[in-house]
Amino acid sequence: MLHIKCPYCGMRSQNEFSYGGDASVKRPELNKEISDEEWDNFVYNRKSLRGKHLELWQHLSGCRQWIKVERDTATHEIFNTYKADEEIS
Amino acid sequence: MTQKFRLENGGLINRDKKLSFKFNGKTYYGYEGDTLASALIANGVHLVGRSFKYHRPRGFFGAGVDEPYAIVQLYRNNETEPNIKATEQELFEGLEAKSVNCWPSVNFDIGAINNFLKIFLPAGFYYKTFMWPKSFWYRVYEPFIRKAAGLGVASTKHDKERYEHKYEYCDLLIAGSGPSGLASAYAAAKNGARVILAEDKPRFGGSLLTSDVNIGNQSGEDWANGIISELKEMPNVVVKNRSQVFGYYDHNMLVMSEKVSDHLPKTKKHHPKQRLWYIRAKEVLISSGSIERPLVFGNNDTPGVMLSSAAKEYLKVYGVLVGKNPLVFTNNDSGYETAIEFKKNGINPIILDSRVNPQSEIIDEAINLGIKIKFSYVVVAAHGYKKVSSADIAKISNDKKQLGTIENIKCDCICVSGFWTPTIHLASQSGNKTKFKEEIDAFVPGTSKQNETTLGAANGIFTLEETLKSSFTAGQDLSKKITNKDNKISFPNVVEKISSQHDKFWCVPLPKGKNYKRFLDFQNDVAVSDIEIALKEGYRSIEHVKRYTTLGMATDQGKTSNLNGLQLVSDIENKVVPAVGHTTFRPPYTPISIGTIVGREVGKHSKPTRKSPMHSWHEKNNAVFVDAGVWLRPRYYKQGNENLFEASKREAKNVRTNVGVCDVTTLGKIDIKGPDAAELLNRVYTNAWLKLPVGKARYGVMLREDGIIMDDGTTTRISENHYHMTTTTAQAANVLSHLEYYLQLVWPELNVNVVSTTEQWAGAAIAGPKSRKLLEKLFPNNDVSNEGLPFMGYTESELFGVKARIFRISFSGELAYEVNVESDNGQFMWEKIIELGQEFQVQPYGTEALSTLRIEMGHVAGSELDGRTISYDTSLEGLISKKKDFIGKRSLNREAFTSSDRQKIVGVVPLDKKTSIPEGSHLVKDAQAPLPNKKLGHISASCWSVEHDNPFSLAILKDGKNMIGEKLFVMSPLKNKVIPVEIVSSHYVDPKGERVRS
Repeated sequence: MLHIKCPYCGMRSQNEFSYGGDASVKRPELNKEISDEEWDNFVYNRKSLRGKHLELWQHLSGCRQWIKVERDTATHEIFNTYKADEEIS
Repeated sequence: MTQKFRLENGGLINRDKKLSFKFNGKTYYGYEGDTLASALIANGVHLVGRSFKYHRPRGFFGAGVDEPYAIVQLYRNNETEPNIKATEQELFEGLEAKSVNCWPSVNFDIGAINNFLKIFLPAGFYYKTFMWPKSFWYRVYEPFIRKAAGLGVASTKHDKERYEHKYEYCDLLIAGSGPSGLASAYAAAKNGARVILAEDKPRFGGSLLTSDVNIGNQSGEDWANGIISELKEMPNVVVKNRSQVFGYYDHNMLVMSEKVSDHLPKTKKHHPKQRLWYIRAKEVLISSGSIERPLVFGNNDTPGVMLSSAAKEYLKVYGVLVGKNPLVFTNNDSGYETAIEFKKNGINPIILDSRVNPQSEIIDEAINLGIKIKFSYVVVAAHGYKKVSSADIAKISNDKKQLGTIENIKCDCICVSGFWTPTIHLASQSGNKTKFKEEIDAFVPGTSKQNETTLGAANGIFTLEETLKSSFTAGQDLSKKITNKDNKISFPNVVEKISSQHDKFWCVPLPKGKNYKRFLDFQNDVAVSDIEIALKEGYRSIEHVKRYTTLGMATDQGKTSNLNGLQLVSDIENKVVPAVGHTTFRPPYTPISIGTIVGREVGKHSKPTRKSPMHSWHEKNNAVFVDAGVWLRPRYYKQGNENLFEASKREAKNVRTNVGVCDVTTLGKIDIKGPDAAELLNRVYTNAWLKLPVGKARYGVMLREDGIIMDDGTTTRISENHYHMTTTTAQAANVLSHLEYYLQLVWPELNVNVVSTTEQWAGAAIAGPKSRKLLEKLFPNNDVSNEGLPFMGYTESELFGVKARIFRISFSGELAYEVNVESDNGQFMWEKIIELGQEFQVQPYGTEALSTLRIEMGHVAGSELDGRTISYDTSLEGLISKKKDFIGKRSLNREAFTSSDRQKIVGVVPLDKKTSIPEGSHLVKDAQAPLPNKKLGHISASCWSVEHDNPFSLAILKDGKNMIGEKLFVMSPLKNKVIPVEIVSSHYVDPKGERVRS
């Protein structure tokens, strides 16, 4: 079971969180004309990365905040966690 | 019966407490502190089971967790449990056990005929033989294999025992209480670290209990006891025996199984049988020791052949002789320690040492004691069927390939020692890539992957002094990092005998003309010849060889067999062992019970049960409940001998004619506040929300980004910047997360807060033509006329002094209201409605009537919003705003969503107006068409229409828009039904929606 540092609550076990997928996906702006391909990429197409991955988790049974977690998908190492609006260098 | 093999004194058992127990129906006696194995051996019982494949007699091989043979069916307190290791099961008064895998009895086992057929049961036998003819599999092969296989019988009864889960954090978790575990725990504890020390056996001390050493002028055992009692007194230390750390998971999470009550005749009141610990440790010290390796020779599975360390443990811990005429067969000095223990107790062992001329202190001691030693000698084969009676021995050439003249000598047990295998399972599970250590012919942990350190014998260190030194240091250094304390501990003086080099030898060649089975895996009956066949047939990867031969795949996971198997493969393949590699270690290290894994989450505790504030009223009024997610909801209220069908029809009919009241507390409720609340709703729902006035409710549908409907419900504008959203019962939690996702990640600029208020409000739906009259009674000071509180109107009021919210919304299609009060007042509200509704013939109605009402009205619910439908399919496309963008809108122009024959919701009525239509049935054009018959749609929900008094269903039907009036067939192969039906409008009652506005 992963041990995830919630930027608000501290170290918590994985079972308090729910997974939210790739954090680098940006929703297209509302009312913006976009191609089918762009929309498909947003809704469906995801890379299944091996290695460092920035992903979303929600601290569901805690503060309910969506956070960003930088995790190695192969080793499960967590390098860093960020608040939703935090700048990631 | 006397304990013929029990020594007069000695051992750590309590001789003052004699215990009786039964094995295979016969009564025996042992002592408190015995295991079932030690007590049986004390009584001279060596035949405990039959092997898995050949049904050969099985005795005892080890004295603990590594035991491959002595697996029994245990009976305790009217319960039975399979696959219990006799070497681990502590004796208690009245214990009963039986042999497994034998029929009719362990002494006469019909399956043993396999032993004589063994030529037909080589490696991969099942794969090769049972393939053809294909039809034989179900009728002949599978039943045969099922009957022959298996090691015990699981109880079919409900397990009444309690199992617990516990979560714990610590600085250092130390797995194993041998010398390295004790030393590191002591050093870390002295530095103030929070320590958990776990020992799988009942006694602490590990090898110190059986080895002849001296630490700080005390015996090893006394030193261990001293350390343990000191640790037990320390507030920062948890010391646990009977506790096996069996799994090492991500981020230093380890799982431990504590056997709290298995050693007692009966679990004490309020105690669990077993407890599962989830331990998150900052540092993990693996001090799991090592397991002795067997030597491989002919018939080496005969009862009486056992590990020399086990024989020593039975002697020193239990005061039990495994034999009175022992042969010790060894390739290292460990066998000598066992022989010396025998000698000290008046038994004359013979040592066969495969080495040519080894020199060490301990060998000198054995010689001085007058023990007969034969160097360059090996056991070629054991003889005796149910117990060893003699052994063929021979001199072996220096290259270990030629055997000299074979002699037969009498013996009643053969204690084997093929050196030691470090127990690296936990380190390997943590992700540590293990490495092969040539000097000890075994794998040891490599570079640490997580925060784990392996100590002592588990790390391939076999001298006590080095083990203690490195363990004290590890405990001190690791705790210092955490606590910043540095209490120096003086290192005790250690006296031990230094061993000489072991012999790189593990398998005795077959003598000419003999075809003895030489076993590697004792539980799965895998012999040297099986590995040879697998390799001959082209299997190369050790993972494939393992699966083909089942080597190491038994419940003992090859604790005693893996390395010998690897050595054999590397010999045949002419590779070094590390090039062969070893198979993967996976948790659990040792079998654990299903009960432990499940813990308390069984039966009604498997998930939480949520009850509305009106639950006790429902109970008192004969409600029959149904699970709605985690909620319990009244399905119907039983009157007299009514069944579900009759009751729900009565309740629904009463709503259509008089007035009914339904508990709708379970609906999800979300409070939405903030200046941008309307904007959020406008983006979340498909219809327009910016112009909803205060005091008005609106129905809305929300989509996922892929265009599929996520949920529906009404949202009411309570005040300028305050909305009350309702969701379906099932989707309540998902909708909240959905809103939080968009507010926190996608549109953080929106100034809105959302919070669940599902549990804060109790809700009652009051529906039916007389509902307004009832409302007038409930709220005499409010204007609830059609003008005062029109359809989709909202007002706040007081219900006899209790704050209330009144929504004029309807799911039933009748004139209806929903009243919410704070949860604590739910019961009061409900009773008032029932009391004041008497004159209007009010009746409560349950979910079944609720469904009937919504189905015949054509209102959609979960069975239509099933994660596959879009607004068009459910005839909700009128709510799609063309002017604004919203979540999922861009997906709606996908080709499949816009095709002209897109599926759509319709009504379905059986032509005979009598036959009920099973939900989930398929709609087809031609009932006689050959299979697969093309499916045009499916029945999503069925009811008995109380308005028309005939069955009515909703269906999602291809090109449903143009199918009204068509005659089709409903097919339900499951219920074996074919029903001719007519397709009608989904609005079967009040199609213009006049009643809700009346």
